[in-house]
Amino acid sequence: MSFSNIFGIAGSAMNAQMVRMNSTASNMANAGTVSTSIDDAFKAKRPIFQALLHEQQLDQGSQFLGGVKVAGMADDTAVNKMMHDPGNPLADADGFVYSSNVNEVTEMVEMMAAARSYQNNVEVVNTARELMMRTLEITKS
Amino acid sequence: MTLFRRYIKKLIDPSAKNFSELMMKILDRAFGIHEKALDLRAKRMEVLSQNIANADTPGFKARDIDFKNVFNNVQQAGAMRTTHSAHISQASSAGVGMVYTVPFSTAVDGNTVNISVEHAKYGRAAAEYKATLQFVEGTISGVRKALRGE
Repeated sequence: MSFSNIFGIAGSAMNAQMVRMNSTASNMANAGTVSTSIDDAFKAKRPIFQALLHEQQLDQGSQFLGGVKVAGMADDTAVNKMMHDPGNPLADADGFVYSSNVNEVTEMVEMMAAARSYQNNVEVVNTARELMMRTLEITKS
Repeated sequence: MTLFRRYIKKLIDPSAKNFSELMMKILDRAFGIHEKALDLRAKRMEVLSQNIANADTPGFKARDIDFKNVFNNVQQAGAMRTTHSAHISQASSAGVGMVYTVPFSTAVDGNTVNISVEHAKYGRAAAEYKATLQFVEGTISGVRKALRGE
């Protein structure tokens, strides 16, 4: 049945958008953190989306066929800012700390985009559900 | 009763093995093309929902089902049937009837999904599904009336 596939596809997309929203929240929470070295400093995390098309060949009956999955998380490549703060207990020998590379504005935009995409998929599910219910009531006509 | 059945069988399809098969054939004929159309319309909605789901996936190319083309094939040759569990049904296989949408614009990441266009298409596809469903509903209520003899 095609409609159950739609639920699976939209569900996988909602899941992916939720991961995106969660990572945004995590980035925002860690925006103010500092670290001793540039390698340890917090880097904003971004999910990598991937279309589930290869599964098509492997598993015909897959419900998420054509859906989306989070293939992994990647670090934002922006450079961590170096700040001179000798009083900080985390400061290195020269008195520098490395702040996170989170850009709050980018994160807010990211969050709004994720929420909007999530809503789109909710809408898809609602329409499919409505049509499915009507199809089930076909015998009453 | 058996005489009546025999008469019906002769009238509609002499090749039918038994009465229940005959009934199925009658119903099959009653629903006609709308049954297949309903299936295809649901399939198209699935493809469009895939586009909406992958609106943020880098490199994803929006797809669509060329309804007219596929439907003509179904009408003419009769769809290729799946007679074995390993067979891939015509409608579900990616190659047949699936076309890539011509994009208005391509994003930097290679994604060609235009979310507003896809949403509009999805809404329209839902309305078309409803329309086909109404035809089937009409047929069913007709068959029902005939069976009741009211």
